[in-house]
Amino acid sequence: MDRSITVISAGLSVPSSTRVLAELLGSAAERAVTARGEEVEVEYVELRPLAHALADHLLTGFPSGDLADAIDKVTAADALVVVTPVFSGSYSGLFKTFFDVLRVGALEGKPVLIAATAGTARHSLVLDHALRPLFSYLRALVVPTGIFAASEDFGGGAVDGGLRKRADRAATELAALLGCSGQATVRQVARRRSVDDEFAAPTPFEQLLREASDGDTVR
Amino acid sequence: MQIGIFTVGDVTTDPTTGRTPSEHERIKATVAIAKKAEEVGLDVFATGEHHNPPFIASNPTATLAYIGAQTERIILSTATTLITTTDPVLIAEDYAKIQHLTDGRVDLMLGRGNTGPVYPWFGKDIRQGINLAIENYALLRRLWTEDVVDWEGRFRTPLQGYTSTPRPLDGVAPFVWHGSIRSPEIAEQAAYYGDGFFHNHIFWPASHTAQMVRLYRERFEHYGHGSAEQAIVGLGGQFFMRRNSQDAWNEFRPYFDNAPVYGHGPSLEDFTQQTPLTVGSPQQVLERTLSFREYAGDYQRQLFLLDHAGLPLKTVLEQLDLLGEILPEMRRGFAEGRPGQVPDAPTHASLVQAAGGPMDATVHVEGDSATGTSDRDLHDPEVARILEGEL
Repeated sequence: MDRSITVISAGLSVPSSTRVLAELLGSAAERAVTARGEEVEVEYVELRPLAHALADHLLTGFPSGDLADAIDKVTAADALVVVTPVFSGSYSGLFKTFFDVLRVGALEGKPVLIAATAGTARHSLVLDHALRPLFSYLRALVVPTGIFAASEDFGGGAVDGGLRKRADRAATELAALLGCSGQATVRQVARRRSVDDEFAAPTPFEQLLREASDGDTVR
Repeated sequence: MQIGIFTVGDVTTDPTTGRTPSEHERIKATVAIAKKAEEVGLDVFATGEHHNPPFIASNPTATLAYIGAQTERIILSTATTLITTTDPVLIAEDYAKIQHLTDGRVDLMLGRGNTGPVYPWFGKDIRQGINLAIENYALLRRLWTEDVVDWEGRFRTPLQGYTSTPRPLDGVAPFVWHGSIRSPEIAEQAAYYGDGFFHNHIFWPASHTAQMVRLYRERFEHYGHGSAEQAIVGLGGQFFMRRNSQDAWNEFRPYFDNAPVYGHGPSLEDFTQQTPLTVGSPQQVLERTLSFREYAGDYQRQLFLLDHAGLPLKTVLEQLDLLGEILPEMRRGFAEGRPGQVPDAPTHASLVQAAGGPMDATVHVEGDSATGTSDRDLHDPEVARILEGEL
């Protein structure tokens, strides 16, 4: 498989419109990448069943069982689609908590399609006032087109009319970003070594000694 | 194999009675626990270091010296000594002093400390934690091994012609362990020097501990101190036992549920499964402890945390009695199948032997008649006038 995309959905009810939007975007992304002649595997991470494990992680500092798997999956993915319901004018706490417990640098340079659902279109700026800044902070490559869906977007012909078209546009942008070497470039520029890098190839101690007293490296 | 206990010196409310011990009670309890540890046959007592409430673990060397005066055999250690915020010059002096007072029954474990607010109290920055640990320890080693040190670095005032006193007992510095939960750089540091590496272990999944220990072992071999399996490894551990397993679960649960570190989080069932915490009968504690080798390899030091989560002193002493009962079997278990080339943890005696025997390292310096050395420049005319009473 050439590419992997992980779709994260933070809806709470079953069925949830957040999950519906997540699947719509997941399929659109799959079509868009395939259209570029690449194979892609789309996987879904539902946050609701991880809610308890996420709260535990905040207190213990380590992920348990399924949460550890979800974190690994998201960290390893080439691109993400993230979908949250709007709670109190922003992303939900559950959604934010998941990104709070990722390892530093986990999303660096990763293309991310942001999306949200709400009961009313009046929340649509949540994409640009809450989600975009969050993923900018995490140094992800946020797709220019974000997808917001209110209840009315799911009704009648609206899905075929507006929402699907917007989804295809966002997915095409995601696929294009996936095709460029953004992740490698951002990583290279950041020159950040992750804990995993240290385990794989430890910085020799002589270098650590020099850096300690040189003053230009913060570890 | 050394088996012992470590304390972090927390003053915690007993959730079953609502009673919180005073600092005085807790300090005295720490001494009682250390003496009991020796009485039941344990090898090591280690104390943490904290500089903020709710802890009573400041000034660890006073505590260790006091315990040293009332015990005869047990090794006194730390868990951990803050190498980041403590001046390495003071660490060099303090631990060499206790070496002399206890006839070499001391070693220490260095750690960075994870309490952010503490750093600025001592003029340091937590973001420099690793760099502080590396530079400070490099200086500490020199202070112990070189009689006269000229030094200049980034984190403290330069030293010119400085001699740390007293010199280490028999000319041999205390053995050093480096403790770190998740910083590969510290495992690298321990490996580079051929020092010991200790993993806290108690709050973490086995995979986490195994990864750090494996890195340390590989790098120990890389730096030519011996094979990976000869590296000096220590692990933390945590248990609560009663003769009847169900009694242990019932009694410990409220302490676990309200513990400062993990309380109100995972269930006791989950946490005992995910971490080395063992609740049950002495036999269950024994079996679980002996299973740590499966992912850490044959190791040298096992320290248990027993006085925590608000457990009353009486209960902690009972836990020590029970540990004493399974201790012979635990030692047999650790010895079973242990390859001959795996060394024991270094002690003062073994280090002296390796150095070719004891050596009086005293540095004799001539000073002025009054103070040893003078802080007054007697050639300065103004000083001369002050001394003569003119100014």
